[in-house]
Amino acid sequence: MGTIGEAVRRRRSALRSGLTGRFLDLGLIVVVAAFLILLATRVLEHGPSFFLQILTFAIANGGIYALIALGYTMVYGIIELINFAHGDVFAFGAFLSASLIPVFGLGEDKPFGVLPALALLGVFVVTMLVCGVLNVSIERIAYRPLRHAPRLAPLITAIGMSFFLEGALFLWKGPSNVHYPNVLPSAGFNLFGAEIGTKEIIVIVTALVLVVALALFVERSRLGKAMRATAQDRDASLLMGIDIDQTIAATFFIGALLAGAGGTMYGLYYNTSVFDLGFSAGLVAFTAAVFGGIGNIYGAAIGGLLIGMIQSFWDGYFESAWTQVVIFAVLILVLVFRPTGILGMRVPEK
Amino acid sequence: MALLEVSKIDVFYGRVQAIRGLSISVGAGEIVALIGSNGAGKTTTLRTISGLMHPAGGKISFDGRDLTQTKAHEIVRIGICQSPEGRRLFPRMIVLDNLLMGTYARKERSGIQSDLARVYELFPRLKERTKQLAGTLSGGEQQMLAIGRALMAHPKLLMLDEPSLGLAPILVETIFRVCTEINAQGTPILLVEQNASKALEIAHRAYVLETGSIVQTGTGKELLSSPDVQRAYLGM
Repeated sequence: MGTIGEAVRRRRSALRSGLTGRFLDLGLIVVVAAFLILLATRVLEHGPSFFLQILTFAIANGGIYALIALGYTMVYGIIELINFAHGDVFAFGAFLSASLIPVFGLGEDKPFGVLPALALLGVFVVTMLVCGVLNVSIERIAYRPLRHAPRLAPLITAIGMSFFLEGALFLWKGPSNVHYPNVLPSAGFNLFGAEIGTKEIIVIVTALVLVVALALFVERSRLGKAMRATAQDRDASLLMGIDIDQTIAATFFIGALLAGAGGTMYGLYYNTSVFDLGFSAGLVAFTAAVFGGIGNIYGAAIGGLLIGMIQSFWDGYFESAWTQVVIFAVLILVLVFRPTGILGMRVPEK
Repeated sequence: MALLEVSKIDVFYGRVQAIRGLSISVGAGEIVALIGSNGAGKTTTLRTISGLMHPAGGKISFDGRDLTQTKAHEIVRIGICQSPEGRRLFPRMIVLDNLLMGTYARKERSGIQSDLARVYELFPRLKERTKQLAGTLSGGEQQMLAIGRALMAHPKLLMLDEPSLGLAPILVETIFRVCTEINAQGTPILLVEQNASKALEIAHRAYVLETGSIVQTGTGKELLSSPDVQRAYLGM
């Protein structure tokens, strides 16, 4: 299909062939094993309840990254573009939902029940839809006119769109961290000495439901089939009667629904957001998408979960100042040892 | 009036003209072959009829409708489907899903099961491999799948671009036999081929394309015995 894809495949087949391939795989195993042993010693030091605590945070954190990573991977899968503005759509989702919370009659530390839960659902739905429309507009304005241009052109407009959105968020709520109203109940329960909050459970369950819904949609629905076909061969899809423009727009829309949900969940969970959240969280989520195998939605879900867990475990057991370094070290290791990611393409293209 | 009428079209790639004033027609029930060497414009002609490219001049009409500027994804709905050059399957979908992608544009869903049965009957190999990923099929099987996928659209006109390219001789026989079977069941076929002798054998009529223009036309038999065609395309 694309030149990057081909280069990656050529590289992979070169890696897989013969002793070099096995040596490199061995290298990856050694690095992972060393990390796990180091982690295990720390885990033993701190005891099981601390581990359970960190694990809960890690899964919630990973769930949010998975939702963002899905948007990167879906867009890359269909038009081979890294939508740098995607992280900013996520940040926009956090900002917008924060503003919607009072509109829907929710507020700081009010008692939580059925009615607030429904209101919160309303916040989710509106935020997701607005993010969807925003992302479709971005595609229409910045990417579609450049569909037949050299690959670098839309990449540059993607970076431009990202800066534009960041600027808009900066003008909206200023340069510093913005408090996000704490509307989820803070109650929790004790599990083997670890405090499991309602918050974590809500975040984990919501992320899981959305990922499963997306997977079912892409596997089963007519539009999902059109999306998969378009990702695999655009001309053939046209010949089958698929409206490519509509399908690509739908992909941006669905990716942004998840980013909007992710932004809302981020705010609800961490109770803070900032105008350049999309840059930092977006880069991590993009790393997650590459980690899982860019273009593969299951890969993005798993990659997001793993990157979130690596982040939380490093924060919990090691020096948090080094967390970003560790995450990008993971990206580099993946690119060196397994350029197609954990669940990279396993089938020849043509 | 013929089912498909292509009249005096000009097609460009950027500033390079690939097709010059080309006119062809396909009537109901016919097999029409378009032969010519590499770069003559055969594939471009099919891509233009399918709406993947649009002519700068001239007119394409099908079943009395003007298709000249119709978009590719709408052309399937009007009844033209092609098995493209290079097969262009969906490599990471299984055989069955590839076939079902062919039905994407169909409004009536009722005939799908019987069409599927028909494709499996024409190509028993596909039935054996129904759960296999298309990207892992052999070249011949991929060609069968590409033709089967186009048939699943239940087209009023089937276009085949180089169906015998790169296949073992025995498979070439199979593919051409199936073409006549499909035609005998009532579907007209526009066939693009480099294998001129085979194409002319099964074609009712044929056109010879050179550097973007039709240079000769006649029935399959006439062209088979034409000295010019024999020298240029049949190696005699």
